[in-house]
Amino acid sequence: MNILVCLKQILDPEAPARDFRVDTVKREAERGSANLVTNIFCENALETTLKLRESAGEATISVLSYGPATAEESLRKALAMKANTATLVLNDGNPNPDPLTVARVLAAAARKLGTFDLIMLGREAGDWGAGQTGALLAEELAMPCVCFADRVEAAGGKLRIRRQTDSGWELLDVEPPVVVTVTNDEHNVPRIPKVRDVMTSYRQPLTKWTVDDLGIDAAEARAGNVYYEVAELSIPQKDTQCEFVTGDTPEDKVEAFAKRLIAVTGAL
Amino acid sequence: MNDVVIVLFASAGFDKGAQGLTGAARQLAGELGGQMRAVIVGSGAEALASEVARVADYVTVADQAELAEYQPEICLDALTKLCRELSPRAILFSNDTYSQELAPRLAHRLGGSAVGDGVELRSQGGALQVVRQVYGGKGQATIELKRSPAVVWLRTRSFAAAPARASAGEITHAALELKTDKRTRIVERKREDAGQVRLEDARVIVAGGRGIGGAEPFATELKPLAQLLGAEMAASRAACDAGWAPVTWQVGQTGKKVAPDLYLAIGINGASQHLAGISEAKNIAAINIDPDAPIFKHCRFGIVGDYRKVVPLLRQRIAALSK
Repeated sequence: MNILVCLKQILDPEAPARDFRVDTVKREAERGSANLVTNIFCENALETTLKLRESAGEATISVLSYGPATAEESLRKALAMKANTATLVLNDGNPNPDPLTVARVLAAAARKLGTFDLIMLGREAGDWGAGQTGALLAEELAMPCVCFADRVEAAGGKLRIRRQTDSGWELLDVEPPVVVTVTNDEHNVPRIPKVRDVMTSYRQPLTKWTVDDLGIDAAEARAGNVYYEVAELSIPQKDTQCEFVTGDTPEDKVEAFAKRLIAVTGAL
Repeated sequence: MNDVVIVLFASAGFDKGAQGLTGAARQLAGELGGQMRAVIVGSGAEALASEVARVADYVTVADQAELAEYQPEICLDALTKLCRELSPRAILFSNDTYSQELAPRLAHRLGGSAVGDGVELRSQGGALQVVRQVYGGKGQATIELKRSPAVVWLRTRSFAAAPARASAGEITHAALELKTDKRTRIVERKREDAGQVRLEDARVIVAGGRGIGGAEPFATELKPLAQLLGAEMAASRAACDAGWAPVTWQVGQTGKKVAPDLYLAIGINGASQHLAGISEAKNIAAINIDPDAPIFKHCRFGIVGDYRKVVPLLRQRIAALSK
């Protein structure tokens, strides 16, 4: 089984909100002192894929990223987690390309890399959170798509996929090839690579392309706005003033809090 | 064409999300000077169709055998065919699982552009703009769609329902030629909260986070409080990741986006990814041991203290006050 996992490197979403700054003219977030990390859902996708390889016994896992030069770190980490090969398509254009642009670049890179039975992505990224790349990639490659998966198992030439819904979960029988987007679950918490494997990952080959190598409209890819454009980016101002309940004793405070709760819910 | 199509699933009924969707669509149709059309997919759509016809100009029911139960590929094919025929300017969805997985693909097949998780939608000099949170709620962006139709999924629970029409809209049944698609097949469906109100539709929510410290207090402390308040239960990602609460309770950027009248956050610090899921709540209140917890910056009112002491007292007081 040939599996492709697509990864995105993003600003650490755990960085505190008070440090978050945006450039309102460029309509981009400023990096500031935030770390760069692999988007968590992409790591969930990789972990789900590694588990699939372990249970299926045999599979080749290729990882692919379209991003800045620093995205190499995410790919090296994936190699340390035991992906087999890694490819970076360097984005030297619009740093926040729209999801159709990303899907077209990934589709072209996937075609150039070979034939895949399964393409795994995170359900959305923790920065722009568009939640579209996987679905659009499926359309670009004329493959079916399963979203919000948390488990993928091989079942006699087919795949058995469990995915989360609003109220529970669904099981799907799937004939490859298929594009799957992955959400988090207690079963796909990404493993921590061994120190030795991290060291080794820096000596492993890593393919580097630009959009010029993919046989697509490179100017359009660099513009990255064929689908949509960010017209405005700002930091929402919160003017909520929290009223801490007062009272001489803890009991009095709780009494005041209980009254506020009852007033707001209007029930009881 | 300047029409606005909304897509509804018969299985969800005329829930808060569907109601808000009609309101968002009516407003946009007004701005565009077009009609508002509803497409309802799935079997057992009769009751929903007549409800929706009270507010929509036209209702198309797609309930043929192939569409009776949701299957992603065939549903997408049906929606593509219907929308090609209706040729609308915009297609709006709620932000449920099925809508989110279909919308980008539908946009692709129609040559349009999609954007999701919108909290505001407007027509601006011929272009459609959608306001949405980014960076886990730390930022807010206005996205301008470049292609038509615009396919948008919205946090519809914060929108008011559309006003009733003078007379009911026309209901028709679609008869589409659909090929079976066996590449993917949902073979089992499991509802984990059968019988309960969906979290997205809940009026009152009691939520626990990392500060709760284990699975047991969710059952022994928070659950009885929720029952007293007529509330549904929710949890932060930290609590779900720790296995203290089921993942279907998870609220936040990576979980559910809720819009209750009251969201009571207990032992929840208030990471921005969590706040991203509760930005449409009318009132947020918190119980937290740390007076500097970020959650308090988003609260109407709060109490500083150990929930282990506060919650039992609170249950007593609420029970006493309600007598």
